[in-house]
Amino acid sequence: MFVYADHAATTRMLPIAVQAYTKTADLIFGNPSSLHTVGQRAQELLTSCREEVAAILGASPREIYFTSGGSESDNQALLSAAYAGAKKGKKKIVSTAIEHHAVLHTLKKLEKEGFEIVLLPVGESGIVSADDARRAIDRDTALVSVMLANNEIGTIQPVREIAEICKACGVPLHTDAVQAVGHIPVNVNELGCDYLALSAHKFGGPKGTGVLYARTGAPLSPLIEGGAQERNKRAGTEDLPSIAGMVAALKASVADMDASCAHLRKLQRKLIEGIEARISHCSLNGDRANRLPGNVSFCFEGVEGEALLLYLDDEGICASSGSACTSGSLDPSHVLLAIGRVHDVAHGSLRLTLGAENTEEEVDYLLEKIPYVVQKVRSFSPVWRDLQEGKRKFIL
Amino acid sequence: MEAEMSLYSEKVMDHFRHPRNVGVIENADGVGEVGNAKCGDIMKMYIKVENGILTDVKFETFGCGSAIASSSMATEMIKGKPLSEALELTNRAVTEALGGLPAYKLHCSVLAEQAVQAAVLDYYKRNNIPYDESQFKCALCAHEHDHPEGEEE
Ligand SMILES: Cc1ncc(COP(=O)(O)O)c(C=O)c1O
Repeated sequence: MFVYADHAATTRMLPIAVQAYTKTADLIFGNPSSLHTVGQRAQELLTSCREEVAAILGASPREIYFTSGGSESDNQALLSAAYAGAKKGKKKIVSTAIEHHAVLHTLKKLEKEGFEIVLLPVGESGIVSADDARRAIDRDTALVSVMLANNEIGTIQPVREIAEICKACGVPLHTDAVQAVGHIPVNVNELGCDYLALSAHKFGGPKGTGVLYARTGAPLSPLIEGGAQERNKRAGTEDLPSIAGMVAALKASVADMDASCAHLRKLQRKLIEGIEARISHCSLNGDRANRLPGNVSFCFEGVEGEALLLYLDDEGICASSGSACTSGSLDPSHVLLAIGRVHDVAHGSLRLTLGAENTEEEVDYLLEKIPYVVQKVRSFSPVWRDLQEGKRKFIL
Repeated sequence: MEAEMSLYSEKVMDHFRHPRNVGVIENADGVGEVGNAKCGDIMKMYIKVENGILTDVKFETFGCGSAIASSSMATEMIKGKPLSEALELTNRAVTEALGGLPAYKLHCSVLAEQAVQAAVLDYYKRNNIPYDESQFKCALCAHEHDHPEGEEE
Protein backbone atom coordinates (compact mmCIF):
# COMPACT_ATOMS: atom_id res chain seq x y z
CA MET A 1 0.00 0.00 0.00
CA PHE A 2 1.09 3.57 -0.58
CA VAL A 3 -0.10 6.32 1.76
CA TYR A 4 0.71 9.98 1.23
CA ALA A 5 0.28 11.58 4.66
CA ASP A 6 2.31 14.74 4.18
CA HIS A 7 -0.29 17.20 2.92
CA ALA A 8 1.07 20.03 5.06
CA ALA A 9 4.31 19.80 3.05
CA THR A 10 2.45 19.95 -0.21
CA THR A 11 -0.55 18.45 -1.97
CA ARG A 12 -1.07 16.77 -5.28
CA MET A 13 -2.84 19.13 -7.67
CA LEU A 14 -6.57 18.55 -7.96
CA PRO A 15 -7.58 17.31 -11.42
CA ILE A 16 -9.73 20.40 -11.87
CA ALA A 17 -6.71 22.59 -11.10
CA VAL A 18 -4.52 20.69 -13.57
CA GLN A 19 -7.24 21.18 -16.13
CA ALA A 20 -7.46 24.91 -15.50
CA TYR A 21 -3.66 25.15 -15.54
CA THR A 22 -3.16 23.34 -18.83
CA LYS A 23 -6.12 24.97 -20.52
CA THR A 24 -4.76 28.40 -19.64
CA ALA A 25 -1.20 27.54 -20.64
CA ASP A 26 -2.48 26.23 -23.95
CA LEU A 27 -5.17 28.69 -24.90
CA ILE A 28 -4.78 31.86 -22.87
CA PHE A 29 -1.13 32.42 -23.42
CA GLY A 30 -1.22 36.20 -23.82
CA ASN A 31 0.50 38.75 -21.64
CA PRO A 32 -2.20 40.54 -19.64
CA SER A 33 -0.32 43.79 -20.19
CA SER A 34 -0.61 43.54 -24.00
CA LEU A 35 -3.24 45.69 -25.64
CA HIS A 36 -4.18 43.25 -28.38
CA THR A 37 -6.98 40.72 -28.25
CA VAL A 38 -4.80 37.83 -27.09
CA GLY A 39 -3.44 39.94 -24.24
CA GLN A 40 -6.85 41.21 -23.31
CA ARG A 41 -8.21 37.69 -23.02
CA ALA A 42 -5.48 37.02 -20.50
CA GLN A 43 -6.29 40.27 -18.72
CA GLU A 44 -9.94 39.24 -18.47
CA LEU A 45 -9.02 35.89 -16.97
CA LEU A 46 -6.67 37.57 -14.51
CA THR A 47 -9.43 39.96 -13.46
CA SER A 48 -11.94 37.19 -12.95
CA CYS A 49 -9.41 35.15 -10.97
CA ARG A 50 -8.79 38.13 -8.73
CA GLU A 51 -12.53 38.60 -8.23
CA GLU A 52 -12.99 34.96 -7.34
CA VAL A 53 -10.22 34.94 -4.75
CA ALA A 54 -11.55 38.19 -3.31
CA ALA A 55 -15.09 36.81 -3.05
CA ILE A 56 -13.88 33.68 -1.24
CA LEU A 57 -11.80 35.65 1.26
CA GLY A 58 -14.42 38.38 1.74
CA ALA A 59 -12.05 40.96 0.30
CA SER A 60 -12.27 43.46 -2.51
CA PRO A 61 -10.43 42.54 -5.73
CA ARG A 62 -8.16 45.58 -5.30
CA GLU A 63 -6.86 44.01 -2.09
CA ILE A 64 -5.66 40.80 -3.78
CA TYR A 65 -2.07 40.54 -5.03
CA PHE A 66 -0.81 37.45 -6.82
CA THR A 67 2.65 36.35 -5.66
CA SER A 68 5.00 33.37 -5.93
CA GLY A 69 3.58 31.80 -2.77
CA GLY A 70 3.44 31.89 0.99
CA SER A 71 7.05 32.90 1.60
CA GLU A 72 6.90 35.90 -0.69
CA SER A 73 3.55 37.02 0.70
CA ASP A 74 4.83 36.77 4.27
CA ASN A 75 8.00 38.69 3.41
CA GLN A 76 6.17 41.46 1.62
CA ALA A 77 3.54 41.94 4.31
CA LEU A 78 6.07 42.06 7.13
CA LEU A 79 8.60 44.31 5.43
CA SER A 80 5.93 46.72 4.18
CA ALA A 81 4.28 47.14 7.56
CA ALA A 82 7.57 47.23 9.48
CA TYR A 83 9.14 49.95 7.34
CA ALA A 84 5.93 51.98 7.35
CA GLY A 85 5.83 51.71 11.14
CA ALA A 86 9.47 52.71 11.44
CA LYS A 87 8.74 55.91 9.53
CA LYS A 88 6.38 56.82 12.35
CA GLY A 89 8.99 55.87 14.94
CA LYS A 90 7.44 52.47 15.75
CA LYS A 91 10.06 49.75 15.87
CA LYS A 92 8.45 46.98 17.86
CA ILE A 93 7.05 43.86 16.20
CA VAL A 94 5.01 41.25 18.05
CA SER A 95 4.74 37.71 16.71
CA THR A 96 4.75 34.14 18.03
CA ALA A 97 7.42 31.55 18.74
CA ILE A 98 5.82 29.05 16.38
CA GLU A 99 5.69 31.00 13.12
CA HIS A 100 6.97 29.51 9.88
CA HIS A 101 10.55 30.39 8.92
CA ALA A 102 9.17 32.64 6.18
CA VAL A 103 8.04 34.89 9.03
CA LEU A 104 10.73 34.17 11.64
CA HIS A 105 13.66 34.69 9.31
CA THR A 106 12.17 37.93 8.00
CA LEU A 107 11.80 39.08 11.60
CA LYS A 108 15.45 38.13 12.25
CA LYS A 109 16.44 40.35 9.36
CA LEU A 110 14.34 43.21 10.76
CA GLU A 111 15.88 42.68 14.18
CA LYS A 112 19.34 43.18 12.66
CA GLU A 113 18.03 46.43 11.21
CA GLY A 114 17.10 47.67 14.66
CA PHE A 115 13.55 46.45 15.22
CA GLU A 116 12.60 44.99 18.57
CA ILE A 117 11.04 41.57 18.07
CA VAL A 118 8.77 40.09 20.74
CA LEU A 119 7.84 36.45 20.20
CA LEU A 120 4.86 35.36 22.27
CA PRO A 121 5.15 31.92 23.90
CA VAL A 122 2.54 29.25 23.30
CA GLY A 123 2.74 26.77 26.15
CA GLU A 124 1.93 23.11 25.92
CA SER A 125 -1.26 23.61 23.92
CA GLY A 126 0.61 25.23 21.04
CA ILE A 127 -1.82 28.13 21.13
CA VAL A 128 -0.81 31.70 21.83
CA SER A 129 -2.79 33.46 24.55
CA ALA A 130 -4.70 36.62 23.69
CA ASP A 131 -3.85 37.94 27.16
CA ASP A 132 -0.14 37.64 26.44
CA ALA A 133 -0.76 39.43 23.16
CA ARG A 134 -2.68 42.18 24.98
CA ARG A 135 0.25 42.76 27.33
CA ALA A 136 2.77 42.88 24.49
CA ILE A 137 0.93 45.06 21.97
CA ASP A 138 0.95 48.81 22.49
CA ARG A 139 0.79 52.04 20.51
CA ASP A 140 4.49 51.78 19.69
CA THR A 141 4.01 48.48 17.94
CA ALA A 142 4.66 48.66 14.18
CA LEU A 143 3.15 45.29 13.36
CA VAL A 144 1.71 42.10 14.78
CA SER A 145 2.07 38.78 12.93
CA VAL A 146 0.21 35.68 14.12
CA MET A 147 -0.25 32.61 11.97
CA LEU A 148 -3.78 31.25 11.62
CA ALA A 149 -2.81 27.58 11.77
CA ASN A 150 0.56 26.06 12.54
CA ASN A 151 2.23 23.92 9.89
CA GLU A 152 3.78 21.39 12.26
CA ILE A 153 1.24 20.77 14.95
CA GLY A 154 -1.85 22.21 13.24
CA THR A 155 -2.97 24.34 16.17
CA ILE A 156 -5.35 27.19 15.33
CA GLN A 157 -4.49 30.58 16.78
CA PRO A 158 -6.91 33.19 18.19
CA VAL A 159 -6.32 35.63 15.33
CA ARG A 160 -9.72 37.29 15.63
CA GLU A 161 -9.23 38.15 19.31
CA ILE A 162 -5.74 39.45 18.63
CA ALA A 163 -7.10 41.54 15.75
CA GLU A 164 -9.36 43.35 18.21
CA ILE A 165 -6.42 44.17 20.42
CA CYS A 166 -4.52 45.42 17.37
CA LYS A 167 -7.43 47.53 16.26
CA ALA A 168 -7.67 49.21 19.66
CA CYS A 169 -3.99 50.16 19.44
CA GLY A 170 -4.04 51.08 15.76
CA VAL A 171 -1.54 48.35 14.89
CA PRO A 172 -1.68 46.42 11.59
CA LEU A 173 -2.04 42.63 11.84
CA HIS A 174 -0.62 40.09 9.41
CA THR A 175 -1.73 36.48 9.47
CA ASP A 176 0.07 33.62 7.73
CA ALA A 177 -2.94 31.56 6.67
CA VAL A 178 -0.97 29.22 4.40
CA GLN A 179 -2.03 26.08 6.27
CA ALA A 180 -5.58 27.25 6.87
CA VAL A 181 -6.96 28.41 3.55
CA GLY A 182 -8.90 25.68 1.78
CA HIS A 183 -9.10 23.65 5.00
CA ILE A 184 -10.99 25.82 7.48
CA PRO A 185 -13.17 28.88 6.80
CA VAL A 186 -11.08 32.00 6.26
CA ASN A 187 -12.66 35.42 5.86
CA VAL A 188 -10.55 38.54 6.21
CA ASN A 189 -13.36 40.59 7.73
CA GLU A 190 -14.29 37.98 10.28
CA LEU A 191 -10.61 37.65 11.17
CA GLY A 192 -10.05 41.39 11.13
CA CYS A 193 -6.54 41.08 9.69
CA ASP A 194 -4.84 43.70 7.55
CA TYR A 195 -2.63 41.29 5.65
CA LEU A 196 -3.02 37.60 4.91
CA ALA A 197 -0.72 35.15 3.13
CA LEU A 198 -1.89 32.03 1.32
CA SER A 199 -0.17 29.46 -0.87
CA ALA A 200 -1.80 27.44 -3.66
CA HIS A 201 0.12 24.19 -3.25
CA LYS A 202 -1.32 23.55 0.21
CA PHE A 203 -4.85 23.10 -1.15
CA GLY A 204 -4.44 21.28 -4.44
CA GLY A 205 -3.12 24.16 -6.51
CA PRO A 206 0.25 24.54 -8.23
CA LYS A 207 3.51 25.23 -6.41
CA GLY A 208 5.16 28.63 -6.65
CA THR A 209 1.97 30.63 -6.59
CA GLY A 210 0.00 32.35 -3.88
CA VAL A 211 -1.76 35.48 -2.74
CA LEU A 212 -1.08 38.40 -0.51
CA TYR A 213 -4.20 40.09 0.77
CA ALA A 214 -3.54 43.67 1.89
CA ARG A 215 -6.45 45.68 3.22
CA THR A 216 -7.13 49.00 1.51
CA GLY A 217 -4.97 51.59 3.22
CA ALA A 218 -2.48 49.08 4.65
CA PRO A 219 1.03 50.08 3.58
CA LEU A 220 2.42 47.93 0.79
CA SER A 221 5.76 48.26 -0.95
CA PRO A 222 7.08 46.00 -3.70
CA LEU A 223 9.75 43.37 -3.09
CA ILE A 224 10.31 43.06 -6.82
CA GLU A 225 10.77 46.19 -8.89
CA GLY A 226 9.98 46.42 -12.58
CA GLY A 227 6.75 46.59 -14.52
CA ALA A 228 3.44 47.91 -13.30
CA GLN A 229 1.82 44.52 -12.69
CA GLU A 230 -0.29 44.00 -9.57
CA ARG A 231 -0.92 47.71 -9.29
CA ASN A 232 2.80 48.45 -9.06
CA LYS A 233 3.22 46.20 -6.04
CA ARG A 234 4.69 43.11 -7.68
CA ALA A 235 6.56 43.38 -10.96
CA GLY A 236 6.79 40.53 -13.44
CA THR A 237 4.49 39.01 -16.06
CA GLU A 238 1.76 37.17 -14.20
CA ASP A 239 1.90 33.36 -14.10
CA LEU A 240 -1.62 33.05 -15.39
CA PRO A 241 -1.76 29.23 -15.72
CA SER A 242 -0.78 28.90 -12.06
CA ILE A 243 -3.19 31.60 -10.98
CA ALA A 244 -6.03 29.88 -12.86
CA GLY A 245 -5.01 26.54 -11.35
CA MET A 246 -4.95 28.06 -7.87
CA VAL A 247 -8.40 29.59 -8.26
CA ALA A 248 -9.86 26.31 -9.50
CA ALA A 249 -8.33 24.49 -6.51
CA LEU A 250 -9.48 27.14 -4.07
CA LYS A 251 -13.06 27.07 -5.34
CA ALA A 252 -13.16 23.27 -5.20
CA SER A 253 -11.61 23.12 -1.71
CA VAL A 254 -14.01 25.68 -0.32
CA ALA A 255 -17.02 23.99 -1.94
CA ASP A 256 -16.01 20.63 -0.46
CA MET A 257 -14.84 21.99 2.87
CA ASP A 258 -17.68 20.77 5.07
CA ALA A 259 -17.59 17.25 3.69
CA SER A 260 -13.82 16.91 3.71
CA CYS A 261 -13.58 18.42 7.16
CA ALA A 262 -16.03 15.87 8.56
CA HIS A 263 -14.15 13.07 6.79
CA LEU A 264 -10.77 14.30 8.04
CA ARG A 265 -11.98 14.75 11.62
CA LYS A 266 -13.08 11.13 11.63
CA LEU A 267 -9.75 9.90 10.27
CA GLN A 268 -7.82 12.20 12.58
CA ARG A 269 -9.59 10.90 15.64
CA LYS A 270 -9.11 7.30 14.61
CA LEU A 271 -5.42 7.88 13.94
CA ILE A 272 -4.76 9.76 17.19
CA GLU A 273 -6.63 7.30 19.34
CA GLY A 274 -5.16 4.36 17.45
CA ILE A 275 -1.58 5.54 17.96
CA GLU A 276 -2.22 6.24 21.64
CA ALA A 277 -3.70 2.78 22.11
CA ARG A 278 -0.93 0.96 20.26
CA ILE A 279 2.25 2.80 21.21
CA SER A 280 3.49 3.38 24.75
CA HIS A 281 5.28 6.52 25.88
CA CYS A 282 4.05 8.80 23.15
CA SER A 283 2.33 12.13 23.31
CA LEU A 284 0.23 14.19 20.91
CA ASN A 285 1.81 17.53 20.09
CA GLY A 286 -0.50 20.52 20.49
CA ASP A 287 -4.09 20.94 21.52
CA ARG A 288 -6.30 17.94 20.87
CA ALA A 289 -9.38 19.81 19.67
CA ASN A 290 -8.26 23.15 18.37
CA ARG A 291 -6.22 21.91 15.44
CA LEU A 292 -6.49 21.52 11.69
CA PRO A 293 -8.66 18.55 10.76
CA GLY A 294 -5.88 16.65 8.97
CA ASN A 295 -3.02 17.17 11.42
CA VAL A 296 -1.69 14.40 13.66
CA SER A 297 1.66 15.11 15.32
CA PHE A 298 3.29 12.92 17.94
CA CYS A 299 6.51 12.56 19.88
CA PHE A 300 7.69 9.03 20.63
CA GLU A 301 10.17 8.50 23.37
CA GLY A 302 13.44 6.67 22.62
CA VAL A 303 13.04 7.15 18.89
CA GLU A 304 14.80 9.39 16.39
CA GLY A 305 12.52 10.90 13.77
CA GLU A 306 14.58 10.62 10.62
CA ALA A 307 15.11 6.90 11.05
CA LEU A 308 11.38 6.57 11.64
CA LEU A 309 10.58 8.44 8.43
CA LEU A 310 12.98 6.40 6.31
CA TYR A 311 11.62 3.09 7.60
CA LEU A 312 8.07 4.36 7.05
CA ASP A 313 9.02 5.35 3.53
CA ASP A 314 10.11 1.76 2.94
CA GLU A 315 6.59 0.74 3.97
CA GLY A 316 5.11 3.15 1.42
CA ILE A 317 4.23 5.82 3.97
CA CYS A 318 5.15 9.47 3.35
CA ALA A 319 5.27 11.56 6.52
CA SER A 320 7.53 14.17 8.08
CA SER A 321 9.35 14.93 11.31
CA GLY A 322 10.73 17.84 13.28
CA SER A 323 13.91 16.05 14.31
CA ALA A 324 17.23 17.85 13.92
CA CYS A 325 18.33 15.38 11.30
CA THR A 326 15.42 16.20 9.05
CA SER A 327 15.80 19.93 9.55
CA GLY A 328 19.44 19.84 8.51
CA SER A 329 20.47 21.57 11.74
CA LEU A 330 21.52 20.42 15.18
CA ASP A 331 18.31 21.55 16.82
CA PRO A 332 14.93 19.95 16.52
CA SER A 333 11.92 21.99 15.42
CA HIS A 334 11.44 25.35 17.14
CA VAL A 335 7.72 24.61 17.33
CA LEU A 336 8.24 21.43 19.36
CA LEU A 337 10.67 23.23 21.64
CA ALA A 338 8.15 26.08 22.02
CA ILE A 339 5.47 23.70 23.29
CA GLY A 340 7.93 22.46 25.91
CA ARG A 341 9.25 19.28 24.36
CA VAL A 342 12.82 18.75 25.56
CA HIS A 343 15.41 18.05 22.86
CA ASP A 344 15.61 14.30 23.56
CA VAL A 345 11.90 13.92 22.95
CA ALA A 346 11.55 16.48 20.16
CA HIS A 347 13.96 14.41 18.05
CA GLY A 348 11.37 11.65 18.07
CA SER A 349 8.56 13.49 16.36
CA LEU A 350 6.32 12.33 13.57
CA ARG A 351 3.89 14.52 11.63
CA LEU A 352 1.12 12.91 9.63
CA THR A 353 -1.04 15.32 7.68
CA LEU A 354 -4.04 13.79 6.01
CA GLY A 355 -5.88 15.04 2.96
CA ALA A 356 -9.39 14.56 1.68
CA GLU A 357 -8.34 11.68 -0.58
CA ASN A 358 -6.98 9.60 2.30
CA THR A 359 -9.23 6.70 3.23
CA GLU A 360 -10.10 4.79 6.35
CA GLU A 361 -8.25 1.75 4.95
CA GLU A 362 -5.16 3.91 4.66
CA VAL A 363 -5.48 4.94 8.29
CA ASP A 364 -5.77 1.26 9.20
CA TYR A 365 -2.54 0.68 7.30
CA LEU A 366 -0.85 3.57 9.15
CA LEU A 367 -2.02 2.07 12.42
CA GLU A 368 -0.52 -1.25 11.45
CA LYS A 369 2.85 0.08 10.25
CA ILE A 370 3.63 2.98 12.60
CA PRO A 371 3.66 0.86 15.78
CA TYR A 372 5.74 -1.75 13.95
CA VAL A 373 8.31 0.82 12.83
CA VAL A 374 8.45 2.58 16.22
CA GLN A 375 9.02 -0.82 17.83
CA LYS A 376 11.76 -1.61 15.31
CA VAL A 377 13.60 1.67 15.97
CA ARG A 378 13.21 1.23 19.71
CA SER A 379 14.52 -2.35 19.49
CA PHE A 380 18.05 -1.09 18.88
CA SER A 381 17.86 2.28 20.58
CA PRO A 382 20.21 2.61 23.57
CA VAL A 383 17.96 5.39 24.86
CA TRP A 384 14.98 3.05 24.87
CA ARG A 385 17.06 0.38 26.62
CA ASP A 386 18.08 2.85 29.33
CA LEU A 387 14.46 3.87 29.76
CA GLN A 388 13.43 0.23 30.08
CA GLU A 389 16.19 -0.51 32.56
CA GLY A 390 15.38 2.55 34.65
CA LYS A 391 18.73 4.20 33.92
CA ARG A 392 16.91 7.09 32.33
CA LYS A 393 13.56 8.54 33.34
CA PHE A 394 10.58 8.48 31.02
CA ILE A 395 9.41 11.94 30.08
CA LEU A 396 6.32 10.94 28.13
CA MET B 1 11.20 20.82 8.63
CA GLU B 2 10.59 19.89 5.01
CA ALA B 3 14.26 19.11 4.33
CA GLU B 4 15.75 16.84 1.68
CA MET B 5 16.49 13.26 2.55
CA SER B 6 17.22 11.52 -0.72
CA LEU B 7 20.89 12.18 -0.17
CA TYR B 8 21.92 8.72 0.93
CA SER B 9 23.95 6.34 -1.18
CA GLU B 10 22.73 2.83 -1.95
CA LYS B 11 25.28 1.52 0.54
CA VAL B 12 23.99 3.75 3.34
CA MET B 13 20.42 2.69 2.63
CA ASP B 14 21.45 -0.97 2.55
CA HIS B 15 23.12 -0.74 5.98
CA PHE B 16 20.20 1.31 7.29
CA ARG B 17 17.61 -1.18 6.06
CA HIS B 18 19.63 -4.24 7.04
CA PRO B 19 21.87 -3.18 9.91
CA ARG B 20 24.67 -5.72 10.55
CA ASN B 21 25.60 -6.77 14.05
CA VAL B 22 22.74 -4.96 15.69
CA GLY B 23 21.95 -5.77 19.32
CA VAL B 24 23.72 -6.29 22.61
CA ILE B 25 26.43 -8.63 23.83
CA GLU B 26 25.63 -9.86 27.31
CA ASN B 27 28.86 -10.08 29.29
CA ALA B 28 30.68 -7.91 26.79
CA ASP B 29 34.40 -7.37 27.42
CA GLY B 30 34.07 -3.69 26.59
CA VAL B 31 31.23 -1.24 26.08
CA GLY B 32 31.47 2.25 24.65
CA GLU B 33 28.73 4.84 24.47
CA VAL B 34 29.13 8.19 22.73
CA GLY B 35 26.92 11.08 21.66
CA ASN B 36 23.93 12.35 23.57
CA ALA B 37 20.19 12.31 23.24
CA LYS B 38 19.99 16.08 23.22
CA CYS B 39 21.86 16.19 19.92
CA GLY B 40 19.75 13.37 18.56
CA ASP B 41 22.32 10.60 18.36
CA ILE B 42 23.78 8.04 20.70
CA MET B 43 25.88 5.07 19.69
CA LYS B 44 26.69 2.15 21.90
CA MET B 45 29.25 -0.50 20.92
CA TYR B 46 29.71 -3.85 22.63
CA ILE B 47 32.86 -5.89 22.02
CA LYS B 48 34.05 -9.38 22.80
CA VAL B 49 37.83 -9.84 22.82
CA GLU B 50 39.89 -13.03 22.65
CA ASN B 51 43.67 -13.00 22.36
CA GLY B 52 43.61 -9.42 21.18
CA ILE B 53 41.07 -10.17 18.46
CA LEU B 54 37.56 -8.69 18.28
CA THR B 55 35.64 -11.92 18.06
CA ASP B 56 32.27 -10.21 18.27
CA VAL B 57 30.94 -6.68 17.92
CA LYS B 58 27.40 -5.41 18.32
CA PHE B 59 25.84 -1.98 18.35
CA GLU B 60 22.76 -0.06 19.40
CA THR B 61 22.05 3.37 17.94
CA PHE B 62 19.57 6.13 18.63
CA GLY B 63 19.90 8.39 15.64
CA CYS B 64 19.20 9.13 12.03
CA GLY B 65 19.66 6.92 9.00
CA SER B 66 23.32 7.76 8.57
CA ALA B 67 24.04 7.16 12.26
CA ILE B 68 22.55 3.68 12.03
CA ALA B 69 24.37 2.95 8.77
CA SER B 70 27.69 4.29 10.13
CA SER B 71 27.54 2.10 13.23
CA SER B 72 26.57 -0.92 11.18
CA MET B 73 29.44 -0.33 8.75
CA ALA B 74 31.93 0.26 11.57
CA THR B 75 31.07 -3.06 13.22
CA GLU B 76 31.51 -4.85 9.92
CA MET B 77 34.90 -3.22 9.40
CA ILE B 78 36.33 -4.22 12.77
CA LYS B 79 34.77 -7.59 13.50
CA GLY B 80 37.39 -10.35 13.48
CA LYS B 81 40.21 -7.81 13.44
CA PRO B 82 42.93 -7.29 16.05
CA LEU B 83 42.31 -4.46 18.52
CA SER B 84 45.22 -2.51 17.09
CA GLU B 85 43.49 -2.43 13.72
CA ALA B 86 40.15 -1.46 15.20
CA LEU B 87 41.81 1.50 16.84
CA GLU B 88 42.97 2.68 13.46
CA LEU B 89 39.44 2.87 12.09
CA THR B 90 38.76 6.45 11.05
CA ASN B 91 35.54 8.25 10.35
CA ARG B 92 36.91 8.86 6.88
CA ALA B 93 37.24 5.13 6.24
CA VAL B 94 33.68 4.54 7.47
CA THR B 95 32.38 7.35 5.24
CA GLU B 96 34.25 6.01 2.24
CA ALA B 97 33.02 2.48 2.81
CA LEU B 98 29.48 3.86 2.88
CA GLY B 99 29.98 5.52 -0.50
CA GLY B 100 29.97 8.96 1.10
CA LEU B 101 27.69 10.88 3.46
CA PRO B 102 26.10 14.30 3.07
CA ALA B 103 28.39 16.96 4.60
CA TYR B 104 26.08 17.72 7.51
CA LYS B 105 25.93 14.00 8.39
CA LEU B 106 29.67 13.46 8.62
CA HIS B 107 29.52 13.68 12.40
CA CYS B 108 27.65 10.34 12.33
CA SER B 109 30.75 8.59 11.02
CA VAL B 110 32.79 10.43 13.65
CA LEU B 111 30.52 9.01 16.31
CA ALA B 112 31.11 5.52 14.92
CA GLU B 113 34.86 5.98 15.20
CA GLN B 114 34.47 7.33 18.73
CA ALA B 115 32.20 4.48 19.77
CA VAL B 116 34.72 1.85 18.65
CA GLN B 117 37.51 3.61 20.54
CA ALA B 118 35.36 4.04 23.62
CA ALA B 119 34.58 0.31 23.67
CA VAL B 120 38.26 -0.64 23.30
CA LEU B 121 39.26 1.87 25.96
CA ASP B 122 36.69 0.36 28.30
CA TYR B 123 38.16 -3.07 27.63
CA TYR B 124 41.66 -1.83 28.42
CA LYS B 125 40.51 -0.16 31.61
CA ARG B 126 38.55 -3.17 32.83
CA ASN B 127 41.59 -5.38 32.34
CA ASN B 128 44.17 -2.90 33.61
CA ILE B 129 45.93 -3.06 30.28
CA PRO B 130 48.26 -0.12 29.88
CA TYR B 131 47.45 2.05 26.88
CA ASP B 132 48.78 5.05 25.08
CA GLU B 133 46.38 7.94 25.64
CA SER B 134 47.22 9.54 22.33
CA GLN B 135 45.60 6.57 20.64
CA PHE B 136 42.29 7.52 22.19
CA LYS B 137 42.13 11.17 21.37
CA CYS B 138 38.83 10.56 19.79
CA ALA B 139 37.17 8.56 22.55
CA LEU B 140 38.42 10.89 25.25
CA CYS B 141 36.76 13.84 23.57
CA ALA B 142 33.68 11.78 22.85
CA HIS B 143 31.47 14.04 24.91
CA GLU B 144 32.02 16.70 22.31
CA HIS B 145 29.64 16.30 19.46
CA ASP B 146 31.96 17.20 16.64
CA HIS B 147 35.42 16.12 15.78
CA PRO B 148 37.96 18.36 14.07
CA GLU B 149 38.40 15.89 11.25
CA GLY B 150 34.67 15.82 10.79
CA GLU B 151 34.78 19.14 9.01
CA GLU B 152 36.72 17.73 6.08
CA GLU B 153 35.23 17.06 2.64
C1 LIG C 1 2.67 28.25 7.64
C2 LIG C 1 3.45 28.38 6.37
N1 LIG C 1 3.86 29.59 5.96
C3 LIG C 1 4.55 29.76 4.82
C4 LIG C 1 4.87 28.70 4.01
C5 LIG C 1 5.65 28.93 2.76
O1 LIG C 1 4.84 28.80 1.62
P1 LIG C 1 5.47 28.59 0.18
O2 LIG C 1 6.01 27.21 0.15
O3 LIG C 1 4.34 28.76 -0.77
O4 LIG C 1 6.51 29.64 0.00
C6 LIG C 1 4.47 27.40 4.40
C7 LIG C 1 4.79 26.22 3.59
O5 LIG C 1 5.79 25.57 3.69
C8 LIG C 1 3.75 27.25 5.61
O6 LIG C 1 3.37 26.04 6.03
